[in-house]
Amino acid sequence: MIGTIHNRDKFLNQIASQLNRPRISAPIERPTWKYQPQYEIYKDASQDELLEILKEHCKKIHTKIFTTDLAELSGVVNDVVAEYGGGSVVTWKDERFSKWGLDSLMKEKWPSENIDVFEWDYTLGEENVRQAEKANVGITISEITLAESGTVVLFSDKNKGRTVSFLPAASIMLIPKSTLVPRMTQAAVKMREIHQKTGHVASCINFITGPSNSADIELNLVVGVHGPIKATYIVINDL
Amino acid sequence: MAMKIGTEQFKERVENGIHDDFMRGAVASAQDGMSQKRRAATTEELGNWEDWRNHGEEIRQHVLEYLDYYLEQLSENVAKRGGNVFFAQTKEEANEYIRSVVQKKNAKKIVKSKSMVTEEISLNAMLEEEGCDVVETDLGEYILQLDDHDPPSHIVAPALHKNREQIRDVFEKKLGYTKSSNPEELCYQARVTLREKFLEADVGITGCNFAVAETGSFCLVTNEGNADLVTALPKTQITVMGMERLVPTFEEMEVLVSMLTRNAVGQKLTSYITVLTGPREELDVDGPEEFHLVIVDNGRSNILGGEFQSVLQCIRCAACINVCPVYRHIGGHSYGSIYPGPIGAVLTPLLGGYDDYKELPYASTLCGACTEVCPVKIPLHNLLHKHREVIVEKEGRAPVSEKLLMKAFGLGASSPALYKLGSKIAPAALNPFTSGDKISKGPGPLKAWTEIREFPAPNKERFRDWFKNRDKGDKNS
Repeated sequence: MIGTIHNRDKFLNQIASQLNRPRISAPIERPTWKYQPQYEIYKDASQDELLEILKEHCKKIHTKIFTTDLAELSGVVNDVVAEYGGGSVVTWKDERFSKWGLDSLMKEKWPSENIDVFEWDYTLGEENVRQAEKANVGITISEITLAESGTVVLFSDKNKGRTVSFLPAASIMLIPKSTLVPRMTQAAVKMREIHQKTGHVASCINFITGPSNSADIELNLVVGVHGPIKATYIVINDL
Repeated sequence: MAMKIGTEQFKERVENGIHDDFMRGAVASAQDGMSQKRRAATTEELGNWEDWRNHGEEIRQHVLEYLDYYLEQLSENVAKRGGNVFFAQTKEEANEYIRSVVQKKNAKKIVKSKSMVTEEISLNAMLEEEGCDVVETDLGEYILQLDDHDPPSHIVAPALHKNREQIRDVFEKKLGYTKSSNPEELCYQARVTLREKFLEADVGITGCNFAVAETGSFCLVTNEGNADLVTALPKTQITVMGMERLVPTFEEMEVLVSMLTRNAVGQKLTSYITVLTGPREELDVDGPEEFHLVIVDNGRSNILGGEFQSVLQCIRCAACINVCPVYRHIGGHSYGSIYPGPIGAVLTPLLGGYDDYKELPYASTLCGACTEVCPVKIPLHNLLHKHREVIVEKEGRAPVSEKLLMKAFGLGASSPALYKLGSKIAPAALNPFTSGDKISKGPGPLKAWTEIREFPAPNKERFRDWFKNRDKGDKNS
């Protein structure tokens, strides 16, 4: 459904008249920028070097990071959830979990240990948010990972609720090593490419860098305000 | 809260600020800490920092030059995704539209994430009149709101002027809080109280760090993650943006977000940067069902095309506030505006007029530290100087003391005899106030100056005499 637009002409005509020229509506060419310093950062870094940069930066953003081969992934995820105190787990509905061999953990082991696992299911509507709110741990997957800032990028869709990464007390983000890029620059380029190719952008794209925090009280950093209090990244060697 | 805060005159506000020892200590250490982090994340870490500034500047200048085009493109793309766009020339129009949305939804519970432009248009006051419970969810803003709407004193750290004991007292009085003043315990209380508010809210209201014309998206930058809950849980979302806060594509958005987070808090990126496009999609479970974007002019278009246009390049990082020696001494409340510091001293008189804010361009030493740090290269101290020119030349309302001084100087300088007399008696006239070569308790116009620092006493030997004696080979020449 197309939305409404109110008061536009009067508003934009005023701008044009202040700029002392007629309105410009016809597409203008994207300018060639004189300066482009953002492409220089870690320009020639290999995936291994980017991983080292990511690991190093995790120390500064209160985030634990593990690296693992696919064979050990299930064990690592299990350990992290155990360390967070078990409880209940909420995940996206994403076939990659199964592809990466997590089915027996999520569908057999955890339920047998009284760890409830809730997989996002859009047909259940609001129930998803209620489950995410009471979950102790949320598990998501990074589509693009920024080495420089230690940031994971999540794209929402009907099977990937936004609240899985916000509402639970702890957050686990799975990072395929192949998703590592130098910085936000490459993510922006990719987002633009996807839009140009498909004409579509996810309604919510999250750049998440560690757990939530605030320094609003006497500039003292407190980790864990509205979103997760703890965060762990697990890098999967998929290359 | 409107843009204007408090009812006192500029001098009273400064007087209050200068004698608030806690605030001054807090501001000084905040300035030092934030500036140090900014330097580490900009000039020290990025060898080519000047290129970044040049790029930031060229992006912002380009957008302002084609602002009508990009706003049209933005609105088309928001509508294509099912969002509604309202262009508001005045704050009244913006409030009226938002009121109508809230009424249609019969909404009573509203959560907000921090937004300067909604403060500027006094949105909360209107919503409260409508009988809505409006909750600010940024921790700093929440503390101020609980404390009977204490005004913010910094655009990034709004509750900077409060210490933990004061915050504990506010929580005790308003939330029945019984624990300690430990920031972690205070934060936890806020988490628990606000989580309920997020879950039960009918409408979420946000500001906008940068909108993206090409896709109809916009981004929100926070560390707490509160903006994410404001936009994920309520069924209706209203986003209010200053009309200049946009970029052509994701690529420029990325550059400005990097500039913002590094300059504001010295972080490579903040914990949460959220890029939102339209309402939720079909079959999505969370995110708003209905999305409204309100684009606000409120005096900004009058700045376009004129000598102050570059102030609209601002990305609200507060780097200028964190280096300003005047802000350090008088604190945020002294500016009488939600926009303090150098950026506030330039922007506030443009949006609010000289009647209320003619003193602000004088609250500057013109040292240029603000201009030097601005990531998008706004010539802030030159604009302050320009304001003074306008105030004196076009508006004819220089401060009284300056007028008297100029008048006296004009009179004295126009007659060689008077000038000679004046410069000769100055040392004697000021003698009672002088100790050594300093004046520490000056009379008349010198009073305000000498209250906080010394003024050099006039030299006993006048320049003209010294010059004459120099020719004679005097020992002091």
